[in-house]
Amino acid sequence: MIEEAPVSLSEAPTRRLNMIEAINDALDLMMERDPDVVVMGEDVGYFGGVFRATAGLQKKYGKTRVFDTPISECGIIGVAVGMGAYGLRPVPEIQFADYIYPGLDQLVSEAARLRYRSAGGFIAPLTVRSPFGGGIFGGQTHSQSPEALFTHVAGIKTVVPSTPHDAKGLLIAAIEDNDPVIFFEPKRIYNGPFNGYYDKPVEPWSRHPDSAVPEGYYSIPLGKARIVRPGEAVTVLAYGTMVHVAEAVLREKGVDAEIIDLRTLVPLDIDTIEQSVRKTGKCLIVHEATRTSGFGAELSALVQERCFYHLEAPIERVTGFDTPYPHSLEWAYFPGPVRTHRLRNLRGQRRGDRYSPDHRSPRPENHHYPPAHPLCARPGIMLAGSA
Amino acid sequence: MTDAGAPGATGTQGHGNLPPLSLHVPEPKFRPGDTVDYSHIKVPPAGAQPRPDESCAASETHPLCLDLVRVLDDENRAVGPWNPKLDAETLRRMLRMMALTRAFDDRMYRGQRQGKTSFYMKCTGEEATSIAPAMALAHDDMVFPSYRQQGILITRGYPLVEMINQIYSNRADKLKGRQLPIMYSAPEHAFFTISGNLATQYPQAVGWAMASAIKGDTRIAATWIGEGSTAEGDFHSAMTFAAVYNAPVIFNVVNNQWAISSFSGFAGAERTTFAARAIGYGIAGLRVDGNDPLAVYAATQWAANRARANAGPTLIEHFTYRAEGHSTSDDPTQYRSAQEREEWPLGDPVTRLLRHLIALGEWSEEQHAAMDRELVDLVKAATREAEKNGVLGHGLHHPFHTMFEDVFEELPWHLREQSEQAIRERRIKWPEWSDESWRENGR
Repeated sequence: MIEEAPVSLSEAPTRRLNMIEAINDALDLMMERDPDVVVMGEDVGYFGGVFRATAGLQKKYGKTRVFDTPISECGIIGVAVGMGAYGLRPVPEIQFADYIYPGLDQLVSEAARLRYRSAGGFIAPLTVRSPFGGGIFGGQTHSQSPEALFTHVAGIKTVVPSTPHDAKGLLIAAIEDNDPVIFFEPKRIYNGPFNGYYDKPVEPWSRHPDSAVPEGYYSIPLGKARIVRPGEAVTVLAYGTMVHVAEAVLREKGVDAEIIDLRTLVPLDIDTIEQSVRKTGKCLIVHEATRTSGFGAELSALVQERCFYHLEAPIERVTGFDTPYPHSLEWAYFPGPVRTHRLRNLRGQRRGDRYSPDHRSPRPENHHYPPAHPLCARPGIMLAGSA
Repeated sequence: MTDAGAPGATGTQGHGNLPPLSLHVPEPKFRPGDTVDYSHIKVPPAGAQPRPDESCAASETHPLCLDLVRVLDDENRAVGPWNPKLDAETLRRMLRMMALTRAFDDRMYRGQRQGKTSFYMKCTGEEATSIAPAMALAHDDMVFPSYRQQGILITRGYPLVEMINQIYSNRADKLKGRQLPIMYSAPEHAFFTISGNLATQYPQAVGWAMASAIKGDTRIAATWIGEGSTAEGDFHSAMTFAAVYNAPVIFNVVNNQWAISSFSGFAGAERTTFAARAIGYGIAGLRVDGNDPLAVYAATQWAANRARANAGPTLIEHFTYRAEGHSTSDDPTQYRSAQEREEWPLGDPVTRLLRHLIALGEWSEEQHAAMDRELVDLVKAATREAEKNGVLGHGLHHPFHTMFEDVFEELPWHLREQSEQAIRERRIKWPEWSDESWRENGR
């Protein structure tokens, strides 16, 4: 299960693209390949989208395949469901994820349920693209990360790319998928792999290896995570912008972390997660969204259920706070380097001073856990497996 | 004493000499036990309404949004420019479909009362609003119904047995026992899957119609909604999109006066008609006597021709009356006067068409009574056939594992794990259980 993108890609000629260009490339390619693909949304037509993701498409494919819509997310999604029932493959854009709520009934009660309630008679093969996440001084209405609302809904797939290479391959896979897909684009990394150090200039994508985007068609299967960096000390689960934040902070701390970019939240690549946590014995979950009932809670529960006897420390979460996204205090809210630095899991985990691999799994039944972690000394926590 | 002028204060005194504000909460004219007097409902004479050309400017139809298109007059004749001039064979078929729908409703209602299913919804008194449009549309025009348009399926020849299998959620139910009874789905009959969430079908119909236009198709879409649900945002989104893209779609608003216990005033009926919503959106609108099958047919035909000629969408309000409860879970005697049904000034659609056919010399009371008996037998036979596949709660349902199918096209790992769990739980109760044993004895 632990795979990079399809191997054959290394042979394809590549171009250096930023994330917007990669998304535009995917849309262009899919519109070219499939006459049933239509793109619609607020300002996506002549203007090419407020983030330019659909630039040039209307000119190339005409106004009946790329068009502006009324400011009505309920209408945009509802109309897309009807188009899907006709046989089209709509790719609606919701201009900001913060605006998706008026379309929620059409997504949750309709798009997600169509296949099930009609026993396969009707499907909703739509891909809802939407820029999400903060770090652009967007205030509370242009910064949210509502992915957990969708992962909770049976029948919807949720995808979050973190590089131009993945954005193209995942978007192509999402458009080809016969189920509704929410495709959240981390807008903070549209133009460069922002790593959380907001007071330093952001590197452009062109200096990042994953901005090498193969020309032509390729797809990255939904449900396959990417190991950003193999490591032994701790497993880090992240997606979107936070992949780059985690990478930078752990590099700086010199922690031999295994960083996993989930890419798809539903369906989730549980095998890659399990294999990694069994190897490292520790798990750190990083997301920008609010903490309570965030997707990190689901990840934490899954890791605990499936890797409990391999865990050497409590699972930890680095997340946004449970407040709306504050405009002026954006960087106090953002789960950046400072919040990540303080994690217990990362203390004393410099390369070379980690536990030896055979000290970990599988454990004998009478194994006594080392009371290394202060939280583990609390009554009740040590009960399972320590008798 | 609080300071009435302070923000958030709850005092009764206003500022200075301004009168206190008061909240208007609509109240229906009649409650249980009240004598019903419908003299406030204006019923214009049949045949008096002009019929503009189908490609006219939308504004030419707007006077009709405040009028009432009627064809069948008090002498049971079809009169005026909206008379669709249907031949006797077509009229008899229309009558038969309406009578069949009523017979089907009666049988299914009884079946629910006998415990054969959990739920049923009749369309008594509103048969014309689904059967006449189904006959005026092409068979492959896509319909996006609400939950009271069973008449469309029956008119399009969907097998009664399949409808009953769905209502019983039995092992032959094509929807695998997943949907509430009457929430049919029939793609091969161009009948969209019914949602219990109200008004969602409206923008979907517009999207389907837009897709048809994008592809240069000739098929149009039609959708139905109750007057109460026009308050939903989806209704207004749909109207805006249809107006913006000139979508080939027909919007039907079935104004049956009641949304469960809330009268139409809670959807804005005290101010204007529902057809008048078309005026604000600049699309064509018609207000039709919904108990006059010929007027409904003519209005649908007008709107379908208009849509097919790329002249845009039409909103049709069908002014009718919900003669029965909202559903088997509802008791209308709790909130409205029982006299309403008897006093309803537009009569009963089946009776009106029957009298028209008799007036034409093309039908008789005897023939009608014979047809009613035949239809009762037809429905009874279909019911018996469906009951062979089981009724709700008697064990004959779809195989267990199907619960996890169709959430996604392919089964992801987490649903596979949960389906295995469900089978383990099943075996705790019935250790011998397997798909094979289920096929044999329903367990």
